[in-house]
Amino acid sequence: MAPLDLSSLARALVESGADGVAAGAPGTVEARLPAREIPALADRLARAGAHCQLLAAADARAAAGAFALVYVFAPPTLRPAAVVRVAVPAAEARFPSLATRSFTASRFEREIHDLYGLVPVGHPDLRRLALHQFWPEGYWPLRRDVAPRADFADAGQPFPFRRVEGEGLFEITVGPVHAGIIEPGHFRFSVEGETIVNLETRLGFVHKGTEKLFETLPLARAPELAERVSGDTSAGHALAFCQALEAASGGAAPPRAAWLRVVLLELERLYNHVADVGMIVNDTGFAFGHAHCFRIREELLRLNARVSGHRLLRGAIVPGGVAGPVEGAALADVATAVERLVAEFAEVARVSLDNTLVLERLQGTGRLTTRTARELGVVGLAGRASGIDADARRDAPCAAYDALGVRAAVHEAGDVLARTLVRLDEAREAARLIRAVAGRAPAGPARAPLPPLAAGAEGFGLVEAWRGPVWHWVVAAGPARLARVKVVDPSFRNWPALEYAVLKNIVPDFPLCNKSFNLSYSGNDL
Amino acid sequence: MTGTVAIGLLQILVVALGAPLLVGVLRTLEARLVGRRGPTPWQPYADLRKLLGKDAVVSETASWVFRATPYVLAASMLVTALVVPVLVTRPPLGFAGNIVLLMYLFMLGTFFLALAGLDTGSAFGGMGSSREVAVAALAEPTVILAVFALALRAGTINLGGVVERVEREPWLAANPAHLLAFAAFFIVMLAEAGRLPVDNPATHLELTMIHEAMVLEYSGRYLALVEWASAMKLFVFLTLLANLFFPWGVTSLADPVPVALGLLALAGKLAVLTALLALVETSVAKLRLFRVPELLSGSFALALLSVLAVFLLR
Repeated sequence: MAPLDLSSLARALVESGADGVAAGAPGTVEARLPAREIPALADRLARAGAHCQLLAAADARAAAGAFALVYVFAPPTLRPAAVVRVAVPAAEARFPSLATRSFTASRFEREIHDLYGLVPVGHPDLRRLALHQFWPEGYWPLRRDVAPRADFADAGQPFPFRRVEGEGLFEITVGPVHAGIIEPGHFRFSVEGETIVNLETRLGFVHKGTEKLFETLPLARAPELAERVSGDTSAGHALAFCQALEAASGGAAPPRAAWLRVVLLELERLYNHVADVGMIVNDTGFAFGHAHCFRIREELLRLNARVSGHRLLRGAIVPGGVAGPVEGAALADVATAVERLVAEFAEVARVSLDNTLVLERLQGTGRLTTRTARELGVVGLAGRASGIDADARRDAPCAAYDALGVRAAVHEAGDVLARTLVRLDEAREAARLIRAVAGRAPAGPARAPLPPLAAGAEGFGLVEAWRGPVWHWVVAAGPARLARVKVVDPSFRNWPALEYAVLKNIVPDFPLCNKSFNLSYSGNDL
Repeated sequence: MTGTVAIGLLQILVVALGAPLLVGVLRTLEARLVGRRGPTPWQPYADLRKLLGKDAVVSETASWVFRATPYVLAASMLVTALVVPVLVTRPPLGFAGNIVLLMYLFMLGTFFLALAGLDTGSAFGGMGSSREVAVAALAEPTVILAVFALALRAGTINLGGVVERVEREPWLAANPAHLLAFAAFFIVMLAEAGRLPVDNPATHLELTMIHEAMVLEYSGRYLALVEWASAMKLFVFLTLLANLFFPWGVTSLADPVPVALGLLALAGKLAVLTALLALVETSVAKLRLFRVPELLSGSFALALLSVLAVFLLR
């Protein structure tokens, strides 16, 4: 098979019976396809190395008499990508499932099944994913014609977890309420002694109708909501959302904004990576690393406040550019402060990892093999730690990343140590990138007005945030309202990986494995 | 007679009131060592007072064992204060003060705590109990063996007798057997008192806990008793380390002046041992659970070598 490029993707689409094959955003090709042809196309593209990376639905019955599905097929590097649109007639409400071909697709299909009531035909596991048993049967909240309901009641049925039975096997149930100040999630362990033989996670406890809220909120307030999809990824989600809006409107942020956005995104990556390494080290009981990582994190948060006016960088990235104090930030000073803090962080990490007792806890723990990571479609940081060489900053660059030349941090081992080392490498790279921006950012305005949105206009935003790629897909309803926003946080893609990474590990090492992924509950439970 | 009673009360007061301070000093030291300011050393008293003033919530499925355990724990620790030579070599229950009795006083508390962990039916309690019993089963022989190494040399298994003998013949302490036994006892103290690298008393992660997992269901005054008892356990273990291996200052007279000097000496020795413990705890990480037996068998080997050395270096 020839190496995957845009023309071979386009050829595969045409051969599969797609029409309207045309170039889309840079690195993408778009097409329309009848629903029944999707499995054959998926097989054809899989042979070429492109897999389902995103599947979203929208309720377009009012305009087109059908639900709209949009598939994105791409290799792990996310470029080149085929964006394939499928219409599912309202009367039919069924589409062929890719679940037996793609684990990633199977999860998106379950989500669509819960929220839109569209049936993926042939899906082997249609247990609820996004909604809980409290939601009434036959109530699909993302359909546009449903009225809010209040008749939520316990169905009286336990969730059908996979049961592991046998001599000496026990179940340990953990959560949804935990001892620490973290979000709710339920973990069902099956253990033999202390060894984990099966883990099933049940999330969705903080399902709060984020996507539905986008549809009713005035457009001016939508970026605020995007920032709150996952509190620790404010900049990442804001940037993905703003880029999707800019793509839908046909406008663009001015050059200086693109460079400042890099600074904001890297500052976010930095404070999260530093905190995560501190938490990982803390889980081994090594208080020194924890105390100093959190001191450095605090200094980074104060730096964030100086740069953007907000400790978590909220309100800085806006449609059409950046706003607030960041417009006039003294970038050279920021770069100097970041370099100093990253050097201290590297020193703390070195002291921690030089401690053989700490190292022994991290090495070989929670190992996710490259093969499993590929099969599960693991993305971002966790994928790079398992040897998947993909970083959207390099492969599908947004903002000013194409001019900066990002070096992806890839480690092969897939264990907790590898995920720690990826964070360390990326922190150093963040300091380098911020210094490069300080030296090269062009002058000029940092914000430009966007052209008004046309009804039906749509766009994608894709940003490599600190956990991994964040997608926003925006469909406009008119100049001041949105018809649909689909948000994909990397947590949605990576949660299942945790279930595999912990197998054959012992129960007391679970928190360490969990912390090394540090996935968002809020970003998963939209 | 009144002197004996007074000494008994004094030893109980020292253990009961000193234990929270020892834990407080330990926490403050550890905070300072990692660059934090940390709470004041008096914080555990405030915590205990707060907990004592709160209602206890008890699971509906819990039996009398759950309610009785905090009292058993605290009472068994107070009894050890009458057995162990804290200030004087012959405390009120010193006639029975041998290592076997002491060991089983500790085990009584562990036994009840393990039952209480199972009692509420929570997954964490059971997990903590099974781990605690596994650790205790490995730690127990080491404690006995390490003290037997001393007892063999002193010619008595009475703790007070050991102290008196070593005090009389200080060159006994400068013996490899003595030092090996100290090392073995120190390691096993870490396990028994639930300290790093065996257990992490500061963690909030239920799945990694040993001691804390068993007591997760406790609240209010019950929790206060449990925490106070575990502080006393640490205090008694450190006192044993201090007075068995470095017995200077422990008096055989029940007069006020030597007892006051003994108190000062104890405070000094405990301060040094607490600093040592803080250093150890900040420089290690928690061992993977399956490595704990290796650590404890290492400690057992040290204790065994110490016993052998008694015969070889006679």
